[in-house]
Amino acid sequence: MTLNITDINKSFEGLQALTDITFSVKEGELFGLIGPDGSGKTTLFRIITTLLLPDRGEVNLFGINVLENYKKIRQLVGYMAGRFSLYHDLTVEENLKFYATVFGTTIEKNYDLIKDVYCQIEPFKTRKAGKLSGGMKQKLALSCALIHKPKLLVLDEPTTGVDAVSRMEFWEMLKRLQKRGITILVSTSYMDEASLCDRVGLIQKGNLLSVNKPEKIITEYQKELLSVSSDNLYKLVNDLRSEKNTHSAFLFGQSVHLTRKDQNITAEQVVKYLQHNGHENIRVKVIKPGIEDCFMDLMNEEDEVLLSG
Amino acid sequence: MRTILYLIQKELLQILRNKTMLPIIFIVPIIQLLVLVHAATLEMKKIDMYIVDKDLSSTSRGIVQKFESSPFYYVNHHSFSIQDAENELKKGNIDIILHIPFGFESELVKGNNPGLQLLIDAINGTAAGLIQSYTQAVLADYNREIMLKWASPGMKEKPLSIEITRSFWYNPELNYKTYMVPGILVLLVTLIGMILTSLNLVREKELGTAEQINVTPIRKYHFITGKLFPFWIIALFELAFGLFIGKLIFDIPIVGSLGLLFLFAAVYLFAILGVGLFISTLASTQQQVMFINFFFMLLFILMSGLFTPVETMPDFAQVINIANPMAYFMRVNRMILLKGSGFYDVLPEFISVSIYALIVLSLAVWRYRKTV
Repeated sequence: MTLNITDINKSFEGLQALTDITFSVKEGELFGLIGPDGSGKTTLFRIITTLLLPDRGEVNLFGINVLENYKKIRQLVGYMAGRFSLYHDLTVEENLKFYATVFGTTIEKNYDLIKDVYCQIEPFKTRKAGKLSGGMKQKLALSCALIHKPKLLVLDEPTTGVDAVSRMEFWEMLKRLQKRGITILVSTSYMDEASLCDRVGLIQKGNLLSVNKPEKIITEYQKELLSVSSDNLYKLVNDLRSEKNTHSAFLFGQSVHLTRKDQNITAEQVVKYLQHNGHENIRVKVIKPGIEDCFMDLMNEEDEVLLSG
Repeated sequence: MRTILYLIQKELLQILRNKTMLPIIFIVPIIQLLVLVHAATLEMKKIDMYIVDKDLSSTSRGIVQKFESSPFYYVNHHSFSIQDAENELKKGNIDIILHIPFGFESELVKGNNPGLQLLIDAINGTAAGLIQSYTQAVLADYNREIMLKWASPGMKEKPLSIEITRSFWYNPELNYKTYMVPGILVLLVTLIGMILTSLNLVREKELGTAEQINVTPIRKYHFITGKLFPFWIIALFELAFGLFIGKLIFDIPIVGSLGLLFLFAAVYLFAILGVGLFISTLASTQQQVMFINFFFMLLFILMSGLFTPVETMPDFAQVINIANPMAYFMRVNRMILLKGSGFYDVLPEFISVSIYALIVLSLAVWRYRKTV
């Protein structure tokens, strides 16, 4: 195992940010940590990258205790913070050169590794980093995090605030880096990105809900899922939620994904209920669940446990 | 070592690229010297005098004439009513009332030592003190004149009197600019060392670059050295630049050794950079750091003896000044520049500032943490 996280707890002034987090990341794996804003992703990453001390628990990287040997860890880990945190008043090249020097290396030595990312922003290397577009900033930050040839790359929400095309490009770059043997730990609040990871961990309110392969998460989904649509989507969600047999109803684009408490209730019964409530153009069909449905379901369950507990 | 050099290089590059930093470094000293030097005038130009002459004798007229002919006095009011005069004083229209009582001359002739009354507006204590001593000097002068005049021709010996001659050492003409310029240089050096350093450090925190630096293997003392050294250089440059401007515009005397001055400044700056670093650990945004700086700067400046001498402050204030680094440099700068004091003369201050620097720097370095 490359990275072992055992029983990590962290609280800020009485507020529990992380509770008993335990998981491992295998060598060469692309591991995704998925969760909504404020779920504790950044706190966990800051502990892994030696920026923060946990209240309890252990982090081991390549057999080295992160908390005791933080100096060794810093050479092994490349960290890209959620916020763009390079020098705005230095140029692209100066930023890269700065981080290379700080890690005791040069751009030339590791150019091979960053070439794939850096070549896209190299035409703008004399431009100040603060004047770059969002996507280019991302690429520069990734180049800087890679410049010392880290074994583990930790990326905190790298695609937040980046357009859809750049997001896909970014994930392709990560895949290529993974092929070069770099273990990648990435967090995101976009659930659709989960299927791009080898394994994902779902985190909510500081609790790790499940760790699995994306396809496994889907196959473990037990319930039958209905896609329901009608003319008035807003009323549709409300009507479905107020029905006592509804387990969950979430809006997904132009339809509502519905799960029922009693699997014996048929699609026809749903249609009937909706007609009774004055809906028109009702369409109900059974669909295959996506990864987002699974996450919504898992989070929903966790919420209920938390509320009842 | 290579890392430190590179850090310094990067820092200087950022400072030179900063569009507000360069004007601060070059224009601020000139403006401060030109403006602030005039902030504390220690000479009297125009003293508004109200004369209540109830005697109207030749002696009293002689006194009045003496003041009217003086370039420092502006005698615009005459009346017989002390009440009117006091009202004017209360309104703030005049600075001083000279009251000559009825029968002044005849008492004087009889040899009865008659009295004169001076009423001075002492809202500004320093000015009141100056007005009083100027006026007394004029009166004493006149006193001597009439004593000589009235001495009977038959008297062989001159009346006995003590002749006082004065000489103001280190500043013979009591030129307040000579006094102010060294003080303002201290202010400038402190400003650069403390405010710019703490602002720069907190800016890294605010932008998130500090966090990115923290995951690198840079050592704490590498980072701190790389941050403080450029400002140490800039502040010393600022001192040289300020001295040059002071010499050029105000022709201030530079009696002592410049080498000693810069040596002291170098040590003094360690203390000031330490304070800046310490302040930066207390704040997380540039706005906060500005307010904390403002608090310390005000205390340091007003207690330092820039405008009013430390010796006239109450004892507890002088004790507080032990913790005021500016007070040491303020004294030493004037000692070296105006008096030509040598190393052994400033040794006590030198030792104090060295200890100060050691304590503040270690405290600040200890407080500065790479982990958040």
